[in-house]
Amino acid sequence: MSIQFKSIVELRAMLDKKSISTPELTQESLRLAKKYKELNCFVSMNEEMGPKKASAIELDKKTTSLISGVPLAQKDLFCTEGLRTTCSSKILENFIPPYTATAVKKLEDAGSITIGKTNMDEFAMGSSNETSYFGNVHNPWKKGYVPGGSSGGSAAAVAAGIVPAATGTDTGGSIRQPAAHCGITGLKPTYGRISRWGMIAFASSLDQAGPLARTAEDCAILLNEMAGHDLKDTTSLDFTVPDYLEDLDKPINQLKIGIIKEFNLNELDSEVQSRFQDSKDLYEKLGAEFVEVSLPNISASVPTYYSIAPAECSSNLSRFDGVRFGHRADNTEDLNDLYIKSRSEGFGDEVKRRILIGTYALSAGYYDAYYKKAQQVRRLIKNDFDNVFETVDLLMTPTSPNTAFAFGTKGTQNPVELYLEDLFTISSNLAGLPAISIPHGQINSLPVGLQLIGNFLREDKLLNAAHVFQENSDFHLAQPTMEDFL
Amino acid sequence: MSWETVIGLETHVQLSTKTKLFSRASTAFGESPNTNVNLIDCGLPGVLPSVNKEAFYKAIRFGMAVDAQINQTSIFDRKNYFYPDLPKGYQITQMDLPIVLGGSIEIAIDNSIKTINITRAHLEEDAGKSIHDQFDGYSAIDLNRAGTPLLEIVSEPEISNAKEAVAYMKAMHQLVTYLDVSDGNMAQGSLRCDANVSIRKKGDSELGTRTEIKNINSFKFIEKAINYEIKRQIKILENGKKVVQETRLYDSVKDETRPMRSKEFANDYRYFPEPDLLPVVISNQEMQDIKDNFPELPKDKEARYEKDFKLSSYDSKILASSKSMADFFEDAAKKTKNFSLLSNWMIGEISAFLNKEAIEINESQLIPSNIAMLINRIDDQTISGKIGKSIFEEMCSTGDSPDQIIESQGLRQLSDDGEIEKLIDAVIEDHSKQVAAYLDGKEKLFGFFVGQVMKLTEGKANPETVNKILKEKLKK
Repeated sequence: MSIQFKSIVELRAMLDKKSISTPELTQESLRLAKKYKELNCFVSMNEEMGPKKASAIELDKKTTSLISGVPLAQKDLFCTEGLRTTCSSKILENFIPPYTATAVKKLEDAGSITIGKTNMDEFAMGSSNETSYFGNVHNPWKKGYVPGGSSGGSAAAVAAGIVPAATGTDTGGSIRQPAAHCGITGLKPTYGRISRWGMIAFASSLDQAGPLARTAEDCAILLNEMAGHDLKDTTSLDFTVPDYLEDLDKPINQLKIGIIKEFNLNELDSEVQSRFQDSKDLYEKLGAEFVEVSLPNISASVPTYYSIAPAECSSNLSRFDGVRFGHRADNTEDLNDLYIKSRSEGFGDEVKRRILIGTYALSAGYYDAYYKKAQQVRRLIKNDFDNVFETVDLLMTPTSPNTAFAFGTKGTQNPVELYLEDLFTISSNLAGLPAISIPHGQINSLPVGLQLIGNFLREDKLLNAAHVFQENSDFHLAQPTMEDFL
Repeated sequence: MSWETVIGLETHVQLSTKTKLFSRASTAFGESPNTNVNLIDCGLPGVLPSVNKEAFYKAIRFGMAVDAQINQTSIFDRKNYFYPDLPKGYQITQMDLPIVLGGSIEIAIDNSIKTINITRAHLEEDAGKSIHDQFDGYSAIDLNRAGTPLLEIVSEPEISNAKEAVAYMKAMHQLVTYLDVSDGNMAQGSLRCDANVSIRKKGDSELGTRTEIKNINSFKFIEKAINYEIKRQIKILENGKKVVQETRLYDSVKDETRPMRSKEFANDYRYFPEPDLLPVVISNQEMQDIKDNFPELPKDKEARYEKDFKLSSYDSKILASSKSMADFFEDAAKKTKNFSLLSNWMIGEISAFLNKEAIEINESQLIPSNIAMLINRIDDQTISGKIGKSIFEEMCSTGDSPDQIIESQGLRQLSDDGEIEKLIDAVIEDHSKQVAAYLDGKEKLFGFFVGQVMKLTEGKANPETVNKILKEKLKK
């Protein structure tokens, strides 16, 4: 029986009915990964430990979670004990962590099987997966097109039906934008909802782990397992984790949704506009009310983000110095030469660019003008959100201004062009708020995503609105033919 | 031309917490390289720090003792620089909002007291160690020390000479050991300082250009390094040249300071708030708990010694001046009743021995119960004070107990009247000439007879008994 394109809920039913065993399911998922090798969505496969774990789970009748026996893929910046973790960088090409990230550990403790580590933009810096040391990932919907980024490998693996779901991380849109480009559902929870322990840091104050899946319901299942306070991450939130499945079906006729005036949606591509209008109509039909809201400082999001994120990255990536782990250059003359050569050889251009920008933003004489100012603007943006959430439940925007584009067509001459991909997603990272992207149609056979942004810790409302939308539409059921990848 | 020296000290105090500032690895000293190291200490990808509150409690205790402002909300910052023994490529420290702000400490100069103000004291993690001489062609890194909590205490530039700097460090040593904030072991680097030294014309209000002498770890070196630096700077100024602002190292072998090579180009540390840690908030309850469990400070101890042990204020002050001496005294005092004899021994023989060996009492072979036993044996006349001194020497080298030494060497004092009388009779008989001279008025000879008795008993005869019987015999 084919398991391709099956959701977690569907696989759960198959496992429970014993129409497939856990080891068979794991093997099938590994087989699909091999079959679509050309997608290049995996950096490493877990071919030894994965099947072993599957056999153990099959025998262990105690594990009762919904994801027990379900194959998952992990973005390659979550440390996995004994399994290579590269961040898609040459500098970590041979790094095998001695420990497992909390987010992954929680999923594995609930009985899921990690089948492999997914390709990504190097150190999560990019919006097209083109900065990976391990090569481009194809969009399952169109060969030669980007899957988005940075969690491009995870999004492609789910969209291609290899795994029902995968983990991702989102610093400025890295879960939502690839989910949109690949036609799947991706959730970035509230900052601190999921532990960052074991997640290789890009920008510590913005990084947040989350699930990419075929449905909002599956996202809720995964969030139930991943969320929670972790003593090892003092920035993780110490709030009880609700059951995110509980209110999924709640009617949304009381829902008040805000449309952000400052985003000037009427300047967007007309097709993007019309998909957006259709979804708005559907929500209205389901009883939701729309109001226009103003977030006066939101237009400063992109420059604010590109001051803070590189600053934190420049410091976070200092540990990759060739001394204790990772790539070390040969034939170095002295200590400085060791640093310079190891880092010059180990990092790709985009990572170097951001380290340079960040180092500049933090240096004496510029700190006040860039980093400090950006933190002040960030506070203003956060205040804007706090204000509007006094009157609305959710905000709605397109996830991305465009659909997926062809390899090498964006940002190659001017990186800022690619930075604008994150226009709609970045502000919720700056404010630490949860947001979800769900598929809502296609333009020229490429998926388009709809973003909903929620208030602090209101993942329940996001998932409820997304699930009800999916119950009343079939955009999320669309499947790519995959014929170009055989 | 008359010159004036201005010195400010940055003291690094290694806090005596069991585990590191941001990880649960042990802080024990002297373990094999890279054994007290966990994922966090070696800065593996994906790890995050979590704060050890014990370090905060110790820092706060210090702040309260110097009457400083305690910031109940304090934040950590990153200080970015590359060095192989700094695993993350940044040090987590406190820049804008340190835990301790202000305060002051009194130092004793000759017979007067001077107050030195404290600018701030902040928490930070120590780096590891680079070892350059053990592997041919390679430098090695030991991360055992990486992440050990340090309290960096910055003084105002109010110290006027090397002697005051030493007095300041001694006061700091006394305070941090008393507060149980640090073991204060300077040889192991638990207490070390950087000295900022500058020279100006007497009467000038502006400070001269300063140099910073890094990492000085003994009282002797502090004095020598600062004195060398003062002379060096005065010489430069008297030759009409300018002092270069730089970081220097003190070479104790050559007794000179010289510029540190690595700091020739200025570092930009790119400080920014540590995003992996939330601001650390100390509750009022925690503050109260620290106050309620505050350790006794030297002045309180002095008063208590005068009252409880009936010691003189002079003796009390000396005993209380060092935490380790005071602890030793108090432990020994639990096992003897003769406090004044114990105090005399602590201040006399024992201090002389420690000074000679240049060690602290807790680094010696001596233990309180053995010293108490020695005092008791003198007190109950098992041995004389003089024999006590030779037993003490034996104790210092072997660590044996006084009773063991008394038994094994037969040092028990001879106090039996009959036995002593017999010996005295023999002495009188053998020295009839001297007896005659004595009876003739040459009373100085009394000591001669005592000496003869002592010679026969190898010094073990009870001197009082000898005196008593001898006097009676010689009257006849």
